[in-house]
Amino acid sequence: MILQTEDVTKTFGGLVALSDVTFQVEEGEILGIIGPNGAGKTTLFNAISGVFKIDKGRVKFKGKDITSLPPNARARLGIARTHQIVKPLNDLTVVENVMVGACFGKGNASLPEARKKAQEVLEFVGLAEKGEILAGKLNVPEKKRLEMARALASDPDVILLDEVLAGLNPMELSSMLEVVKAIKEKGITILMIEHLMHAIMNVSDRVMALVYGRKISEGTPEEVANDPQVVEAYLGDPDLALKLLKDKRRSG
Amino acid sequence: MGKGKTLFWLIPVLLIIVLIPPVTGSVTTREGVFLILMYVTLAVSLNIILGYTGYVSFGHIVFYGIGGYVAFYLMKFHGIHLIPAMILGGVGAAMAAFALGEAVLRLRGAFFAIATIGVNEAVKALVNNLNFIGGAEGLFFNFRIYKAYGGAARAIWFSYYTMAALTIITVIAAYLIKKSKFGLGLMAIREDEDAAIILGVNAKRYKSLAYAASAFFPGMVGAVFFFKAGNIEPHDAFHLIKSIEMIFMVMLGGYGNVTGAVTGALVYERLKGFLLVNPLFKNLHMAISGVILLLIVLFTPQGIIGFIREKSKKLREILE
Repeated sequence: MILQTEDVTKTFGGLVALSDVTFQVEEGEILGIIGPNGAGKTTLFNAISGVFKIDKGRVKFKGKDITSLPPNARARLGIARTHQIVKPLNDLTVVENVMVGACFGKGNASLPEARKKAQEVLEFVGLAEKGEILAGKLNVPEKKRLEMARALASDPDVILLDEVLAGLNPMELSSMLEVVKAIKEKGITILMIEHLMHAIMNVSDRVMALVYGRKISEGTPEEVANDPQVVEAYLGDPDLALKLLKDKRRSG
Repeated sequence: MGKGKTLFWLIPVLLIIVLIPPVTGSVTTREGVFLILMYVTLAVSLNIILGYTGYVSFGHIVFYGIGGYVAFYLMKFHGIHLIPAMILGGVGAAMAAFALGEAVLRLRGAFFAIATIGVNEAVKALVNNLNFIGGAEGLFFNFRIYKAYGGAARAIWFSYYTMAALTIITVIAAYLIKKSKFGLGLMAIREDEDAAIILGVNAKRYKSLAYAASAFFPGMVGAVFFFKAGNIEPHDAFHLIKSIEMIFMVMLGGYGNVTGAVTGALVYERLKGFLLVNPLFKNLHMAISGVILLLIVLFTPQGIIGFIREKSKKLREILE
């Protein structure tokens, strides 16, 4: 078990964003996290990466309690993430952006090492020829790839992908899914938030559903898609769930 | 990132400027160049926190004052030579900045800028009321102090060469910081502090260290300046206008860029000289500087060097 949370609770004023969320992630798997808007998915990522203090509960990474560590220390330990709303370092070049990940993440690379690593990773995510462009000048799908490249350059054990597929056209989507699968093949554990049901059911080993900050279901994609609670709370339409399942069988 | 190409021409250019007064033997030129060197050092070091890290230290002159006072006190009452006193002045300023940074650097944007003005004014008020360092009247040197340097005239030349060495060292140090892993972390903080932290940059520590580095050199400048002046008083040491001038120089030349800060300082010194001697503008030089600053921020926020860098790829490597 590489990552686990115990009773993680976070409130913003009167709003309970996360309520007693307990889950575990096994090394090397892809855990998909689904849930309607405002379900607390990104809040959960923030809790894991340490963006804010949680009100209750614990986060453990490789058996070590990291609940009180600041985000930069967690990054150093090997937890990398991407942002749903991309955060490029606009006035630095694409290569420099990725070098920041390599230098300050788990890899702790020197500048020359980081430059090499950055080239490698940019090649991997398909941004190699954009290396010397300022990051602010990339388009949105490219910025998503950059987010991914920065996270990967840090040599993480766990990577949190926050809606990296949203807003991509079908071509971009399938190439991004290839990248996700390739990350898994490197042995990196992936947690991914996604709204695109087809995609996440397809690529995940397990899926967890959040609604109003609570975990309502967890299991294989089939189990979660068939869970009446999920169908009702999230998908709304039982027929759609069945259709998704068929798609999954066909492609799997 | 090139391999120090910028320094290969920038340092020789500065050395040529430094050599003009001793070659011509002109005291007037020496005073002018001393001022240029001082501006260059102040601008280049402010750039570390302002340009690299993205924090507008509005009251940065406070470190020049602190360094000046520490060194002046040591020289006057303990007979310490200028060089060690200057280094201790710099260390004092850097330590003050580090401690302040731990508190004030939690603030972002305008709040930080305002807080630094407050710090400058608070230190000025404090020094005004501390009698052992002369209070509001300040401290004066006894002329005998200059004897150790071979008389007052030689002491002034000595302070000139010290300032020149300090300028060269500051420019090299600022460049090396920019090109280091530390510098990359600072620029990541400037671009997006939250993203930088998530990527593993220890932003709190880095900001404090950057603040200390950008205070160290002004502290030493203060030491040399007040040694040469022979007296120090709170009004001169913590003069807010000088702070604004420093920001102006960095913005004019191009923030985040060593060549930019140097250029800004050179241009500002010429501009100020021109405006001050011109009967039409002599009382308006800050107002005109303000208008220019406004135009820069509105139309070329990247400054003179930033503008050239954007237009020419070839020049980019030698203008860092």
